[in-house]
Amino acid sequence: MNSVTVIDYGIVNLGNIVRALEHVGARVCVGSDPGAVSQADRVILPGVGAFASGMAELKSRDLDNALKEAALAGTPLLGICLGMQLLLDYSEENGGAMGLGLIAGNVIEMPRWGADGLRKRKVPHIGWNALQYPPNQSHWQDSCLAMIHQGEFCYFIHSYMTIPENPAHILAQCDYEGLVVNAAISQDNITGLQFHPERSGPEGLKILECFVRS
Amino acid sequence: MVRNVRLIARLDVKAPNLVKGIQFEGLRKLGDPNEFARRYYHDGVDEIYCEDIVASLYERSSLLDIIERTTRDIFVPVTVGGGLRSVDDVAAVLRAGADKVAVNTAAIKNPSIISDIARRFGSQCMVLSIQAKKQDDSWEAYFDNGREHSGVDVVQWAEQGQALGAGEILVTSVDREGTATGFDLSLLREVSDRVDIPVIASGGMGCAQDLVDAVMLGKVDAVAMAHALHYGICSLKELRDTCWSQNIPVRNRQDRNGSTPT
Repeated sequence: MNSVTVIDYGIVNLGNIVRALEHVGARVCVGSDPGAVSQADRVILPGVGAFASGMAELKSRDLDNALKEAALAGTPLLGICLGMQLLLDYSEENGGAMGLGLIAGNVIEMPRWGADGLRKRKVPHIGWNALQYPPNQSHWQDSCLAMIHQGEFCYFIHSYMTIPENPAHILAQCDYEGLVVNAAISQDNITGLQFHPERSGPEGLKILECFVRS
Repeated sequence: MVRNVRLIARLDVKAPNLVKGIQFEGLRKLGDPNEFARRYYHDGVDEIYCEDIVASLYERSSLLDIIERTTRDIFVPVTVGGGLRSVDDVAAVLRAGADKVAVNTAAIKNPSIISDIARRFGSQCMVLSIQAKKQDDSWEAYFDNGREHSGVDVVQWAEQGQALGAGEILVTSVDREGTATGFDLSLLREVSDRVDIPVIASGGMGCAQDLVDAVMLGKVDAVAMAHALHYGICSLKELRDTCWSQNIPVRNRQDRNGSTPT
């Protein structure tokens, strides 16, 4: 049973994530109500755009509580890009907004400038970047990165980044012009990916395949 | 310190065909855009840029069909442009499978659409497409595939676009487009120096060295290429090898046959 429910909360381009999941053999449901979440074998929370409006759309459908209950019940939950950021407590984007609070931590704007006042990097971070182990970690077994080798590339496109309170929840990182970006975070049955696995070629498909087999 | 340069295949589509012209004129039919897209995906292209080149001209849009067809089995980012006139148009294109949209004509006619798209879908989704034509010491923004001029200065327009919420700037030189005579490096350099968001070079690539020049001298973040790929002048593998040999970081990956380039 490789069934997975992709959450449609009105702000998301679902076509490519659905196609990618089907490509790896998943049975995909698209759900936009709490019942769809509570019955799901696995849940993917995709997302592009602004944090506050994403959260507002979840709340307007009562999906925030459904996601929290599913997470508590042990349903595998994968947040992608904005969907990853929504897993945390708070984002400073556009004056600040509360998130789902499933993984303790915050979402901050990626710094453009160095201490010397010179521009250090362009934001958004757009492009392919290599996944690396965080400090004190040397494998990705038992995670959705299990089939990925360190140094393989995934596609990123974001202006904000997650800072989990507990560094042990960092699963993978990448280096963007000297800035360490948390590329993947996880806590028990909850995983967040800052990059887009559905847009990361064969490597990304392997990650989705791993998730739907979990 | 890594900022990997992106290699983008540009597909200009006049439904149902992939086409290529010179300075947007004299279009030649090259075949099924989906086949080209799939080949470039398998060769490891970093992104696909797909433009419905007649959409804004005839005030109609066959984009959704083109996206569906072109992005089938393609799992890298796809940017779509051509004839997008409203936030609703953008929503429809994203739902069909695009990751980003490129807007030119509609933004020139109504710059606030840049903010509207950025607010609704995020800046990362909003690519400002600028068609630049040289005028003495500056460049003027054109639209409708280089046919109509706007009176707007390209560099100022790029800055304004960033301020309004664009996440990337795609700069196409109308003068160089399809000529394979190299990018307009001073144009690229001027735009890159003036904005803090990624800049994509387009128009004029004829060989691997042109790509190197666009990055090293034009200071761009990504290079879109059509002619050089479609006519088989350069392969993506050859371009990657050239980049690595000149210390330009690009995505390094295993190719489809399983061998790993160093």
